[in-house]
Amino acid sequence: MTYWSSETPKAPSRNRFNDSFFIGYDWVLITSALILSIIGSILVYSASKQRLIDAGINADFYLQRHIFNIIVGIVLALIVSRFSFRTARAYAIIIYAAAVIGLILVLVPGIGKSQGGAQAWIALPGGFTFQPSEFTKVALITLLAMVLTERRESELVPDDRDVLFGLALAGVPALLVLLQNDFGTVIIIGATLLSVLIVSGVKLRWIYGSISAVILAGFVASQLNFIKDYQLKRLATFIDPTLDPLGAGYNTLQARIAIGSGGWFGQGLFSGPQTQGKYVPAQRTDFIFTVAGEELGFFGSTLIIFLIAMILYRITKIAMNAPDRFGRLAAAGVAGWFAIQSFENIGMNLGIMPVTGVPLPFVSYGGSSMFVSWMALGLIVAIGREIDDRVTPLIR
Amino acid sequence: MQDKSVIRLKIIRVIFLSLMITLVGRLFFLQISTGENFVKASQRNAFREIYTPPVRGLILDQVGRPVVSNKSTLVVSVNTRILENTEDKGASVITRLSQTLQISEIYIRDRLTPCGTKGAKRPPICWSGSLFQPIPIAKDVSRLVALEIMEQRTLFPGVSAELIAVRDIPRPFDVNMAHIIGYVGPVTDVEIEKQKQEGISADDIGLQNNDSIGRSGVERFYDSYLRGKPGVKVMAVDKAANIKGVVSETDPESGKYVVLNVDAKLQSLVEEQLSAAIDRARSKNYVGESGAAVVVDVKNGNILAMATYPSYDPRIWLGGITNEQFELLSNPKNGIPLISRATQGLFVPASIYKVITTAAAAENGFDLNAIYQCPPQMEIGTRVFRNYESIGFGPITLQRAIEVSCDTVFYDIANTLWLRDGGLNPIDKPVDAVENMSFAFGLGSKTGIDLPEEVRGRVGGRIFKRNFWDKNHEVWCERAEKGYPEVEAVDPERAKMLQKFATENCTEGMRFRAGDAVNISIGQGDTVVTPLQMAMAYAAIANGGTVYEPRVVKAIMNADGSVAEKIEPKVKNKLPISNETLKYIQKSLETTTISGTGAPPFVGFPLSRIPVATKTGTGEVLGKQSTSWFASYAPANNPQYAVVLMVAQGGTGSGTSAPSVRRIYEELFGIRGSTIDPATSILEGGAPTSKLPTIRTDGLPDYPEIDELLNPTSSPSPTPTSGTTR
Repeated sequence: MTYWSSETPKAPSRNRFNDSFFIGYDWVLITSALILSIIGSILVYSASKQRLIDAGINADFYLQRHIFNIIVGIVLALIVSRFSFRTARAYAIIIYAAAVIGLILVLVPGIGKSQGGAQAWIALPGGFTFQPSEFTKVALITLLAMVLTERRESELVPDDRDVLFGLALAGVPALLVLLQNDFGTVIIIGATLLSVLIVSGVKLRWIYGSISAVILAGFVASQLNFIKDYQLKRLATFIDPTLDPLGAGYNTLQARIAIGSGGWFGQGLFSGPQTQGKYVPAQRTDFIFTVAGEELGFFGSTLIIFLIAMILYRITKIAMNAPDRFGRLAAAGVAGWFAIQSFENIGMNLGIMPVTGVPLPFVSYGGSSMFVSWMALGLIVAIGREIDDRVTPLIR
Repeated sequence: MQDKSVIRLKIIRVIFLSLMITLVGRLFFLQISTGENFVKASQRNAFREIYTPPVRGLILDQVGRPVVSNKSTLVVSVNTRILENTEDKGASVITRLSQTLQISEIYIRDRLTPCGTKGAKRPPICWSGSLFQPIPIAKDVSRLVALEIMEQRTLFPGVSAELIAVRDIPRPFDVNMAHIIGYVGPVTDVEIEKQKQEGISADDIGLQNNDSIGRSGVERFYDSYLRGKPGVKVMAVDKAANIKGVVSETDPESGKYVVLNVDAKLQSLVEEQLSAAIDRARSKNYVGESGAAVVVDVKNGNILAMATYPSYDPRIWLGGITNEQFELLSNPKNGIPLISRATQGLFVPASIYKVITTAAAAENGFDLNAIYQCPPQMEIGTRVFRNYESIGFGPITLQRAIEVSCDTVFYDIANTLWLRDGGLNPIDKPVDAVENMSFAFGLGSKTGIDLPEEVRGRVGGRIFKRNFWDKNHEVWCERAEKGYPEVEAVDPERAKMLQKFATENCTEGMRFRAGDAVNISIGQGDTVVTPLQMAMAYAAIANGGTVYEPRVVKAIMNADGSVAEKIEPKVKNKLPISNETLKYIQKSLETTTISGTGAPPFVGFPLSRIPVATKTGTGEVLGKQSTSWFASYAPANNPQYAVVLMVAQGGTGSGTSAPSVRRIYEELFGIRGSTIDPATSILEGGAPTSKLPTIRTDGLPDYPEIDELLNPTSSPSPTPTSGTTR
């Protein structure tokens, strides 16, 4: 009896993870991302299976790599989430510098590697490639959040100097990405920075100004042939894919056929004629959504959009309750990034956005995107954790 | 200001979630609202179809003799998809093929180049079909060469030698009938495009590249029956067009058989007799430029034979016609043999038209029992109209007027009718008896024959005059004013005359004058007809007043011998004349053969047992020799056949055409001298049969002479076994 009575009663807990280690974790957010990654794995397998078999390679070659990428991504997220989000603020300059260096390296012949018309990869030993432009997104969010809150924490609203300084700093990597011909990423970066700016509380004229600047830049770029022919073609065929059904319009047309033939419940997993017939190009990366459209139908595809919407809802919720302004701006930036990138990716799959090479966060095949998405999620979780007053971050 | 930041966050959250809802909306539109179309597109994408052409149906004569059939020929084809996978992309295979087949490498390469690609030759040399389909590069290959290729598969990867069916024209009894059977030709891109735009029904495969379709004659008119349906092999393919397997396969469906009313043996005789009439004309120093002959079953309008001159060997179309050959067929110097004179030739009908004037007169108050004056000439208006060779017969009956073909009797009738209609100042609703009777007999309109080529001709009456003036008066009036300066330089007299005509035409050309009325009453003037129209008109007189639409085809049969469709006779019109009038005309035509212009050619013919009703015609054409006509039907007491034969620039009707018609009747009825033996009739069983031929299990028809043809002593047909390899 005495043995039992000497036991200390356990502290009441809300759930079994709410022991000290996982206190304050946003499980709805994490679970949504996790389910997206699992669905993504299945879709990647379906999209790559037949192509691999035809090439005489194991059907699960890409699946294995994809799962490996997810695990690495989750581990990275876990590590990030253990730190205080304020650490990111401290290292923002270093992350920024690293991203810029990476972007420059991409342009160096011999190191950089081009794929699908964009010079965006760094070749690593062992056949792996690395895409610095993905990391640039995180770097710019943290940097801008820092710049807009750093000097005048007490004054709440950044003044014009802060904004100009932040935009100037952001301009450098944006220009480098543009030099890689990665038009899609430039748009995502622009939209992300815009979200940070809006939420930072800057005067409205900055917001209007930025939007006008983006439109003007696009116009000038097209006039100066800064946008390459293939990008213009993509834009033209986006409006009417039948213009060039076997050339630039091919992706769009095949994607629409795949999705359109899905109906309510889809053609069944691994049995979509478009997917298994290898008609849709870049299907495991940029056009992964077409697999869901064709094989899982309206319900399966809507589930993916719902999960993304859930992630956006939870991130913006964390942003609203963030313990400080840096956290709020960083979370808003990540929300903007995920929202615009998801909209652009699914939108181009559905033929309502021009085709640019941007992956669907958590779903598309591709290490860099997967790592960065999960790391950003880790950062958001870290911000969310500190809303809970019981949390004592490991590092302050 | 913390609130401002939160409000803005809420706004962009709403924007983000709206973007997601937009995506769901678009997804709904694509997958649910318009999904059907995409499912179809998806199926098209993943499958390729290979077509096996069907065997075209046979064309048989009325007792089953094949007049158009198929024969097997060895064709060497190349599958380019296999060729491209060889080490040197097929270069060595092409070299070997060139040596084995004795054709140039360049030609083989041209054949294998898809149309529309860089450096491709024009069709039909380039390949316009599917790239999945083997491309034929040589036909009529000898069996030895085919064997050589097939036994050395390793040397000839992707090359195959197959027996395929091509059109053959056996020409039984040396029959020609080129204009009846017509010909086939390759389908054009325009037709394929047109078909795409018009759409085809779901169960129809439609025209494919490299198909042949009927271009003329029965081949064209009955093309949809003869063509059959191609076999379709559906194969699943991936994006790189690698074949993943066969999804479904249907066999080609052979074309149906078309059974004609035409009898090959009779047709052959009629062609021969038309030719004989032409020779007869030429022996009398006539040009004898062209001619036509029609034999029709008066009881139903069935065409038993229809010949035209000049003609050409229908086999010229087999395997494709050359430009030089086509030039010869369409050259006016050769008389344009492509044109069928029977259905497309327009001629002045002359005296054989008088039956129509007689009918019009009888139905408009002229007494059939009265006596009419037949002077040698007659003055109407300011002009004098003469009888043929200016012979007069005095007071005669209408029947006699027909027998001796007295023009002046009909002039007077026409003039009287014209005056009744008001003459030069026509009454409100002129009766125009002769003109309207012509329409009733089927002149001025298409007969409705089941052949694609036919002209309508014209009746030179009041309507025609008015229309013609409407079309031309501007030119006439301009000439009336300005004259003919270009003619004046050469021949001032002629220019003056031409200007006078122009002035007259300009001011008077719309008028239907006495001269016009008189002219058309004897089948002269502006009226022109086809020989077929006259045959149908005489058939109508023979059968009691029914103008039938002529029918070349009796029935459509399936390859297994069952009847697919019987072509029933179709009435075009009933003659608006009394029985009495009809009987009178019939009697007149019958006595013409006994005591009229039709008598001389029928001397010695057993008219007492087989009376023949005839009418001669000798048409006058300005600046040309006369047109020889002979229209008839027999037996006059129980009519079965109507025969019309004519020769342009051929002399008189009785001298040139009639002897040939007599020969045709002798063969139809089995007349040998003065004996009549229906068993020796040129028609099997002595009469046209409504029975359909039987088709044997091997798909070939049974017909009277089949035993002679299958006699082992005759040349053996190659049995297609060793050559068929896959």
